[in-house]
Amino acid sequence: MKVTLKLYATLSDYLPEEARKTNQVPLDVPPQTTIDQLIDQYRLPPGLVHLVLVNGHYVPPGMRARQALHEGDVLAIWPPIAGG
Amino acid sequence: MAWARRILRVNLTKGTCTPEPLNMEWARDYLGQRGLGTKYFVSEVDPKVDPLSPDNKLIFATGPLTGTMASTGARYSVITKGALTGAIACSNSGGHWGPELKQAGWDMIIFEGRAPEPVYLYIENDSAQLLPAKDLWGTTVWHTEEAIKKKHQDPQIRVASIGRAGENGVLYACVVNDLHRAAGRSGVGAVMGSKNLKAVAVRGTKGVGGIANPAEFMKVTFEKKKVLAENPVTGQGLPTYGTQVLMNVINEVGALPTRNHRDVQFEGARKISGEAMHEKRPTDGKSNLVTNAACFGCTIACGRISRMDKTHYTVVNKPEYWGATGGLEYENAWSLGCANGVDDLEALTYANILCNEDGMDPISFGATVGAAMELFDLGLIKEEEVGFPLKFGSAEALTRIAEMTARGEGFGKVIGLGSKRLCAKYGRPELSMSVKGQEFPAYDSRGIQGMGLTYATSNRGACHLRSYTVASEVLGIPVKTDPHSPEGKAELVKAFQDATAVFDSSGLCIFTSFAWTLADIQPQLQAACEGEFSLEKLNEIGERIWNLERRFNNAAGFTRQDDDLPPRLKTEPAKTGPAKGLVNQIDKMLPEYYQVRGWTPEGMPTKETLARLGL
Repeated sequence: MKVTLKLYATLSDYLPEEARKTNQVPLDVPPQTTIDQLIDQYRLPPGLVHLVLVNGHYVPPGMRARQALHEGDVLAIWPPIAGG
Repeated sequence: MAWARRILRVNLTKGTCTPEPLNMEWARDYLGQRGLGTKYFVSEVDPKVDPLSPDNKLIFATGPLTGTMASTGARYSVITKGALTGAIACSNSGGHWGPELKQAGWDMIIFEGRAPEPVYLYIENDSAQLLPAKDLWGTTVWHTEEAIKKKHQDPQIRVASIGRAGENGVLYACVVNDLHRAAGRSGVGAVMGSKNLKAVAVRGTKGVGGIANPAEFMKVTFEKKKVLAENPVTGQGLPTYGTQVLMNVINEVGALPTRNHRDVQFEGARKISGEAMHEKRPTDGKSNLVTNAACFGCTIACGRISRMDKTHYTVVNKPEYWGATGGLEYENAWSLGCANGVDDLEALTYANILCNEDGMDPISFGATVGAAMELFDLGLIKEEEVGFPLKFGSAEALTRIAEMTARGEGFGKVIGLGSKRLCAKYGRPELSMSVKGQEFPAYDSRGIQGMGLTYATSNRGACHLRSYTVASEVLGIPVKTDPHSPEGKAELVKAFQDATAVFDSSGLCIFTSFAWTLADIQPQLQAACEGEFSLEKLNEIGERIWNLERRFNNAAGFTRQDDDLPPRLKTEPAKTGPAKGLVNQIDKMLPEYYQVRGWTPEGMPTKETLARLGL
């Protein structure tokens, strides 16, 4: 199934170089792939995986190992950030 | 007694500068800066005063920790009745000006009256004098700062001044210090201009003494700096990406107001984001962002220093704009970009530079241009009036109107009135995205419900810095709450409002609150100040300040009807993103909020509440 992975701020470095200009990469992943499985696949340091959104909706840390992605989902991840 | 215990009263009409002892009883009840300055202001000024009349006063106030070794002790506030809003105004700035005033031995300056001719105040430690500024009138902030330093032959003088916007009656003119730090909102610079006061220049070499318990203060400020350094947000996130890292976050959650709040997501957000500021430009191989920067004593350093592309159309023949200077923060990138549908990063940087150079609040300026672009789109503003098409998405229109507004030329004069007056002029007052006449900042309250209540009840008009519930609703600081639900938001907003009032009265930066709570500020204040400053007392001080401001607004004529959002946010659902279909539920949250506050259903503090707070 096709999903989109978006990585921002310092996590941009974990994207393929050609994807860094857009902060996103289209992926073809097996059905039932969970958020944590995708995080592991991209070797994102746990300390930098802070704000996790699927289609803009927040996914709390306790749900990330269980929540499977669906066709067309957009997974976006940020390290600890803030602003004002 | 981290206070200097001395204030300076400047009567501009008479040309006098008079020292007075600080009212220490008030200092214990209102702390300093925002709280204490507001206490002085409301005690001396008729709430019905015309903001631009000589009877309005203008107060520059520091906090007890301003200028000390506490991290971020750089802050000062400008308190007055806002030119844009007619409500209590309190605009907070960093940089180095506030600490310099404190090191000269002053807690606060109260300006009253109106000078017959342009003047600036020059303070050198105990000496204070009004000097002629006729030669500075009509010049920019940047020119003024350089000229004053040259005149006094002292490059270490710190200058807070207005640019041409403050002179020309731009109602959201701000006071700029250190070239690109600003007391930005509500038109405090317009009030300063109405007083013929061009600048306040300060040189202080006395240091900040009188710390109640110096050894304990050194110990506790060191410990708290460690907390900031070890926190991933204040230790890494803010220094690296600044506030601009939020651009893509808020777009993703569908709360990025776009084209005057017609939309909640901006297709060009990525191009004007913090990430984009780091990228090398194809034209010159350099990035927009040069480095980060810190205010006095700050161990976070979230500031952005940018350098423009010399080949960009806005500056191609203007070498004066080729140097490194204050760059885009999230709010400015949003207001100059998303609010107008403009995705040209260099054009936004240029417009932002103009705001710094001539002293305009970029939030209100950009949002007002967004409203004007909607009026143009509707055919209500004609091209002949403006001189060019004021189309959504036009970088050229944005930068030209920025130049005209800063200089007070042509249609720029109309833009300088703010969106409320602009939209009323064209018969569509509901298209002003504002509360109490002040434009919204960068969060759409259909996607972040608590921010609707924040805006509606903010004492200085729509503002994100009075209760930044985005921290909780989006970022999960200190705990995650549901941004789409109005449940519990009344309590959340009150808690944020009261705590923020304490931060703003201490001399410290509100950005420490991403790592600190009041429990981290309390031991720093306790070590610095005489008397008891328990956590309980600080919470009470915060609530007292909020109610003090509210009472002033009530007396000025503001009622429950002014605690409301524009119809668009209550009746036009978000079109896209995770908040699709939602409107803001202010009508549910507001009565709950009044109850939590101990106010009447009409939004007036009850006698019991006032008595409990000693008001």
